[in-house]
Amino acid sequence: MTGSWPMWEVFVRARRGVDHVHFGSVHAADGESALQAARDLFTRRQEGVSIWVVRSSDVVASDPDDEAELFEPAADKDYRFPTHYELPAEVDHM
Amino acid sequence: MEAQDRFDAIIAADERIEADDWMPDDYRSTLIRQVAQHAHSEIIGMQPEGEWIPRAPSLRRKAILTAKVQDEAGHGLYLYGATETLGVERADLLDLLHSRKQKYSSIFNYPALTWADVGAIGWLVDGAAITNQVPLCRCSYGPYGRAMVRVCKEESFHQRQGFQIMLTLAEGTDEQKAMAQGALDRWWWPSIMMFGPPDTESVHNARNMAWGIKRYTNDELRQNFVDMTIPQAELLGLTMPDPDLRWNEERGHYDYGEPDWEEFMQMVRGEGEMPAQRIRVRKSAHDDGAWVREAAEAYAQKHEAAA
Ligand SMILES: [Fe+2]
Ligand SMILES: [Fe+2]
Repeated sequence: MTGSWPMWEVFVRARRGVDHVHFGSVHAADGESALQAARDLFTRRQEGVSIWVVRSSDVVASDPDDEAELFEPAADKDYRFPTHYELPAEVDHM
Repeated sequence: MEAQDRFDAIIAADERIEADDWMPDDYRSTLIRQVAQHAHSEIIGMQPEGEWIPRAPSLRRKAILTAKVQDEAGHGLYLYGATETLGVERADLLDLLHSRKQKYSSIFNYPALTWADVGAIGWLVDGAAITNQVPLCRCSYGPYGRAMVRVCKEESFHQRQGFQIMLTLAEGTDEQKAMAQGALDRWWWPSIMMFGPPDTESVHNARNMAWGIKRYTNDELRQNFVDMTIPQAELLGLTMPDPDLRWNEERGHYDYGEPDWEEFMQMVRGEGEMPAQRIRVRKSAHDDGAWVREAAEAYAQKHEAAA
């Protein structure tokens, strides 16, 4: 029964040398057929050279409610950015 | 197509080898050695600067230095991750570092004697690292190149904060200016030796260039760094500790003196008290953290059993 098939997250590497990027998800009974489905769904126009599928239930995601707690502390640390440091024009490309 | 032919074709087309591609054993072992040594260098490199975090001259400088040292830890993690894609285990890599069977950059065997040394390290050591790392973003091994892209994005702040420390000191009192000059005197030669032995002595240059692991020779990178750094030192109003340094109109580059390669070899061999101390500190940090790793594992097991 297709309704009970698990969901798989699909990652595609566009070309050699770049990371696999999340493309979307498919339903499939097992990894092999998830790979097949992902190939048919996402790479019909040479979008990639390599596919990974990962069972969606294996993805541990951060809670949207924790967004502020997790990411806001970075907001007042602009000294992590090169632009924080004012340098003479001659060396400002550093 | 034969596996070797396929590999050769990818390299010839200047494309990237990915983790699940076939690769020659020598290519794999060269990369394991190089990327592991790079990872080790990042985490050992936390020590000379980390020692200055409690003694930073202001809260702002303390926050900046903490952020930089934290970045270096992160660089180590990116690079251990890249090494593991070659089929080795992180625990084994750490054992090899701790037993001194794998090396780290010998630049980190020099002590950071004053606050000015923190400035000189950011300016010169991170500056040399950037010169070395930018071409590595195009390394033929994909996972290493991508780790380098992330690292390079973070390095610019490292160099700028170091230069700014030097600038502040150089514009300060005579005593502060002397501190900046002293740090430059101490770090200049070790920095230009970071690029490794001269091309005439470098055994694997040609092979690693053919494989696209290296893009420029040691001497080419060293020259780039020298050319880039001299005007910066002039802007600081400091004197380079090399009497042979002069602009060569014909070459369009600066000529520079011969570094003390005997000292370099001594450093590479890891003789003396400093390398022993670096490993001791590193090992005790690892051993002191054992209970945390054990507790995390016990917690995970307990929750798995309950699920
Ligand atoms: Fe780094
Ligand atoms: Fe750095």
